Amino acid sequence: MMNNKTCYMKGLQDGVPIFLGYLAVSFTLGIAAKKVGFTPFQATIMSLTNNTSAGQFAALGLITSGATYLEMAITQLVINLRYFLMSCSLSQKVDAKASFFHRLLIGFNVTDEVFGLSIGVDGDLNPAYTYGLSTMSIPGWALGTCLGTISGNVLPPRVLSAMGVALYGMFIAVIIPPAKKSRVLAGIIVVSMVASFLVSYVPGIRDISLGFRIIILTVVIAGLAAVLFPIPINATKENPYAA
Amino acid sequence: MQRNIYIYILIMAAVTYLIRTLPLTLIRREIKNPLVRSFLYYVPYVTLAVMIFPGVLTDTNTYVSGLLGFGTAVWLAWQGKSLIKVAIGMCFVVFVAELMLVG
Repeated sequence: MMNNKTCYMKGLQDGVPIFLGYLAVSFTLGIAAKKVGFTPFQATIMSLTNNTSAGQFAALGLITSGATYLEMAITQLVINLRYFLMSCSLSQKVDAKASFFHRLLIGFNVTDEVFGLSIGVDGDLNPAYTYGLSTMSIPGWALGTCLGTISGNVLPPRVLSAMGVALYGMFIAVIIPPAKKSRVLAGIIVVSMVASFLVSYVPGIRDISLGFRIIILTVVIAGLAAVLFPIPINATKENPYAA
Repeated sequence: MQRNIYIYILIMAAVTYLIRTLPLTLIRREIKNPLVRSFLYYVPYVTLAVMIFPGVLTDTNTYVSGLLGFGTAVWLAWQGKSLIKVAIGMCFVVFVAELMLVG
């Protein structure tokens, strides 16, 4: 395993697309926050402490409608439940030597993107790598929110749209290389995409929130995959099919 | 807004932090059960794949630019390009495509 400094620097570097993507997405969040009466300070604090997109967008609506604190807590629980699944997965990936404190710290910034990249590293996860990613992602998310609240619509939609896809590009860069080595993984990825696409058109199911659709599809498909293609117990963590 | 906005923010942050941290801190030992291990191994691939598609088509200004960007990123990643090159290459293709398609 690489030393802490190398891992941190690698995280910073890999975090650049997260920074770009977050800047674009949180910019639109800032615009929305301004519309419902948030000050730039309030919106920035919300982003700094939450680091969620769907959760924060939903919160804007709830706050405007004068929801109770309990409603807010339950909504956040439901929308952000997928992080629970990601955290379970990460718990097996973090270097066993990393202290409890590191786990508390990593937990603060388990976003889709930071999770995706952290789980994609070879071997055990050195927390320093995740901190490198977070050093890019947290300021990107807060800065974009702040700028959006202050400036409103200054960036053309085309620029935001192009910056926003940086996040998808990262996800693709994470899952394609292992899929290239393993037909099983490649198959599972294709099935997941097709299922997700179909489900987004099925009446009834398409009305379920995106967060829940992700959870349901993940549990069903990863569950079936685990039954059909169990991983040998002593296989390496990074890619059991590579050897 | 009658309720305090900072209390809302505090509640959001607390709930979200607990969701993200509980499994990480409670499951500290290596899981031996092969079924659970395999499940957790497949989780990220399925989750990321599900998030990519069809989100990449709907988050851009046109389906076509999203699809072109997606194709580009898959191709670059298949060639073994670095994460940054894949991401920036995809941004570039989406930008140019929308420049031509949307005008």
